[in-house]
Amino acid sequence: MITESYSYTVAIPLVLFFSFLLIGLAGGKLKPIVSGVFGTFFLLVSTVLSYYTAYSYFFVDGKLNGAYQKLIAYDSLWLTFTDKLQIHMGVLLDPISVVMLVVITTVSLMVHIYSLSYMKDETGFSRYYSFLSLFTFSMLGLVMASNIFQIYIFWELVGLSSYLLIGHYYERPSAVAASKKAFIVTRFADMGFLVGILLLSSFTGTFDFLKLTDPNGSALTQGSAISFLGLSVMTWSLLLIFTGAAGKSAMFPLHIWLPDAMEGPTPVSALIHAATMVVAGVYLVARLFTIYVFAAPDALIFIGYIGTFTSLFAAVIACTQTDIKRVLAFSTISQIGLMMGGLGVSGYAGAEGLGYTASMFHLFTHAMFKALLFLCAGAVIHAVHTNELWEMGGLKKFLPVTNIAFLIGCLAIAGIPPLSGFFSKDEILTAAYEKDKILFYVQFLVAGMTAFYMFRLYFGIFWNKERDYHSKPHEAPFTMLFSLIFLSIAAAVSGFIPFSEFVTPDLKPFESHIHWSIAIPAIAIAVIGVTLASVLYRKDSDLPDKISISLGGLYKAAHRKFYIDEIYMFITKNVIFNYISAPIAWFDRNIIDNTMNGIAAITNFISVKIRGFQSGQLQQYAYVMVSGLIIIVLVALYFMNN
Amino acid sequence: MRHELMLVAVGVIVLIMDLMTSAETKHRIIPVAIVLFLVNTIIGFLPIETGKIFGGMYNTDDITILMKNAMNIGVFIIFLQSAEWLRRHEDRFNSHGAYFFIIVASLAGMDYLISSGDFLMFFIGTELATIPIAALVAIEKARSKSAEAGVKLILSAALSSGITLFGISLIYGTTGSIYFAEVSKAFGNNSLQILAFIFIFAGVAFKISIVPFHLWTADVYEGAPISITSYLSVISKASAIFILVILLYKVFYAIPDIRNNILYATSVLTMTIGNLFAIRQQNMKRFLAFSSIAQAGFVFLGIIGGTQIGFAAVVYFLLIYVFSNLGAFGVVAAISCATGKENMDDYNGLYKNNPKMSLVMMLSLFSLAGIPPVAGFFGKFFLFTSAAKEGYFILVLIAVVNVTISLYYYLLVIKAMFINEQENPIERIDNDIYTKLGLAICAAGILAIGFFGSIFDFINSKTFGAM
Repeated sequence: MITESYSYTVAIPLVLFFSFLLIGLAGGKLKPIVSGVFGTFFLLVSTVLSYYTAYSYFFVDGKLNGAYQKLIAYDSLWLTFTDKLQIHMGVLLDPISVVMLVVITTVSLMVHIYSLSYMKDETGFSRYYSFLSLFTFSMLGLVMASNIFQIYIFWELVGLSSYLLIGHYYERPSAVAASKKAFIVTRFADMGFLVGILLLSSFTGTFDFLKLTDPNGSALTQGSAISFLGLSVMTWSLLLIFTGAAGKSAMFPLHIWLPDAMEGPTPVSALIHAATMVVAGVYLVARLFTIYVFAAPDALIFIGYIGTFTSLFAAVIACTQTDIKRVLAFSTISQIGLMMGGLGVSGYAGAEGLGYTASMFHLFTHAMFKALLFLCAGAVIHAVHTNELWEMGGLKKFLPVTNIAFLIGCLAIAGIPPLSGFFSKDEILTAAYEKDKILFYVQFLVAGMTAFYMFRLYFGIFWNKERDYHSKPHEAPFTMLFSLIFLSIAAAVSGFIPFSEFVTPDLKPFESHIHWSIAIPAIAIAVIGVTLASVLYRKDSDLPDKISISLGGLYKAAHRKFYIDEIYMFITKNVIFNYISAPIAWFDRNIIDNTMNGIAAITNFISVKIRGFQSGQLQQYAYVMVSGLIIIVLVALYFMNN
Repeated sequence: MRHELMLVAVGVIVLIMDLMTSAETKHRIIPVAIVLFLVNTIIGFLPIETGKIFGGMYNTDDITILMKNAMNIGVFIIFLQSAEWLRRHEDRFNSHGAYFFIIVASLAGMDYLISSGDFLMFFIGTELATIPIAALVAIEKARSKSAEAGVKLILSAALSSGITLFGISLIYGTTGSIYFAEVSKAFGNNSLQILAFIFIFAGVAFKISIVPFHLWTADVYEGAPISITSYLSVISKASAIFILVILLYKVFYAIPDIRNNILYATSVLTMTIGNLFAIRQQNMKRFLAFSSIAQAGFVFLGIIGGTQIGFAAVVYFLLIYVFSNLGAFGVVAAISCATGKENMDDYNGLYKNNPKMSLVMMLSLFSLAGIPPVAGFFGKFFLFTSAAKEGYFILVLIAVVNVTISLYYYLLVIKAMFINEQENPIERIDNDIYTKLGLAICAAGILAIGFFGSIFDFINSKTFGAM
């Protein structure tokens, strides 16, 4: 449905493009702090507009006859390829795009404010803010896109601007290598995306989301009939599109770029690698969900399994990492895997769409608590100037606010009620339980591991033994703390949003409630994870406070502290680490990375060989040319006579 | 016919005026030639009658006129970019007039070529376009590489002309005509005619440097002066691609299977081998020249189905290709002219002292690499879409893999300019007004073609499909 009343939404991304141009072009002449303030101001404008849009869409006039509408707020024709295939630029508003608007602008605003102090002493401050604006612009353009082609364009822009942001510390070779790796891996995935778009559009004759995702439309039936290598063309194209989504969202085996991308500045990690860009793949699948569920249910099952496998794989590796940002990176991969898993088990109508709702819900809450965790990690790194977990410890004395904020983030991601992660994870587990028990048990296990490695991180940083710091660690300045406090509140309370009232695959709200039969075991396994982490990593702390007492209670209840400790130590260090985690981490480091490197090496090798042809001798050139000609002639005549 | 006559007139005027200059004043011909050519380019846009003359030997329609105008603009940009080079290396040439005259003469040959309505005109046009180029390649007589490249070009071109002529004679022998319209009617599934088709195809493929007819390119491109390399790899290649489409669509449409299979195989070879060549080049000139081999491979994706939309996609791609490649060549030429540096390592930290040139280079390379939303992306996307519509999904997949590989090496240059640093980056280069104008036209062209959808609509309305 086309509507005039939301046409102002086109300004939400454009304001930031303007900001990018302004800061980018005038950057050298402005004082660094002025560029920062400009960038933050423009983003604030966008944020206010997004909130207003969300308010009026969800509470005022988005609903018609009890179902939310897909509104085309703006549309213009850009290029006409054929009469049927036209490329438009437009703004599509529906529950998921509006939710994403809120998520992106909120997290981005917090990152902007946070960076005002965090990046203060860095060179290239203006450049940093102009790229932040470009990134946020691209990301907003991506979620508001009204057709798949437009999504692709912004998809590439997002990749490009994140390449620029990851490579911010260009004097560090590792940062440059990481940014290149991120760009190239996601580019390879995007190849699949592009071919998928071509397939999809040539069989359905449209790029437009409204036509593509209309459950009664003709687009769905076309393309399902033709098959290739045993799967319908529709399934192929959707699987290829999923390849693009898997690249951006770091699904196995395309996840290898994300941990390395931690070389970028920490606020960038919070924005790109926690809350926005990496969930673009989840968003893409959700955007095309109707097609997936009706035309290619087998592709959807595949997505569910890939997502769940990735979440387990990444969770295991997260347990072994000692760089705190890499732990968070693997944890992000794991959580995105859960979101994909949620989509994979979802149905379409009514309460069957719980997986979809849960996935979007988890995307929302995850954005809040993971951004919070990254920004806290930034504050910690800012204070102690290292990323290594074992060079930290005992920081709760020095960083009281960060300590509480980080704890809230950890509790939220671990799924301890009443923090946000509990609610969204509960829905994901319930959806999996109703559809596929195997996925459910794996996800259940992941929930426990998540609690374990997050609290390993928490205790390792804030409790444990105090190290000899060169200078006394100090709490972050106010602008940084402001972002932490804001996100802590969001991470704590956003679970109470009744998501199924707003975001459902068929756009009709349904009632959802806590499923205690699943929630109670999930809480139990989370608590076990936390306890385990506390037993192993809380040691050497001599400053008990409320939490230590409550956890200590469990601790003493086990009574034979030393003995259990030994068993746990034995199991984790000797069995799990040596026989499960270490091989998986090794596999990840060596096999998967080396396959990618191997492809590059082979390409180089062939390239050298081919240059050998270029001898400089004219006779040889003539020889090759005539031989080529003769071969073509022979082959053509051969085929003609057959 | 006006385009060709205008070019001949411009050439003759330049030549006469060149006679009036002396050794000290010979550089004065540069602005004169540029202004004259600009006038010629502008007149080319005035409305012109379409139709056939000489009993169908020569034929113009809207799409050939569009192509001629695009080539005029391209040559105008090359002239702008070479002005500084001509002035600085005055001692290397006897006369500047010759430089302009030879290019204009070759361009006239290309105009005849793309307007040809029979094989005689086709052959004359090809020769008229190629022989002057050999002279141009060898124009820096003092440099042995330049002379060597000239000889190599003329010898290889002679071979390809021989092959083409043989094909034409077979055509005449089996159909009794050399007119496109009549040949097409008599052309069918006859072994001898297919042989003729393949020979003619090979002759044109030589001009486009399609693998396996590409080996001359490396030495010639490297030996020739930069402006000539860009002329060869942009204008000459574009006109040859265009005439190939005309031949395939108007004359050889009766054998779709063989045509499509040959296109398929050569396209895959050209894209892949061109890319693998380019990936390890350190010299910027060679790098651009090789990447242009790969670019030609993509064009076949548009032609392969013989559809009207594919033709439109090819012309659109060629337009973008002209601007993008000339933009990149222009920057390389300006830097090489001012500092003599041509290596990729020399480009480290270029952005620091020469931000504008770096931006033009970035825009051009993004366009060549096909990064949205720059024009080159749409060019490639339309080519891929037309191949996909005909069901060539595997071919599209191979092409997309190649685009990704090419992105890698284009990105290397961008990384060198913007991210890498070195102790002594290239100093600030003060370009003359011609170079600046040339680069500005390229940048404007890339942006305009990408953002104004009506350009594609226009092309689309003028093209035709294989009957």
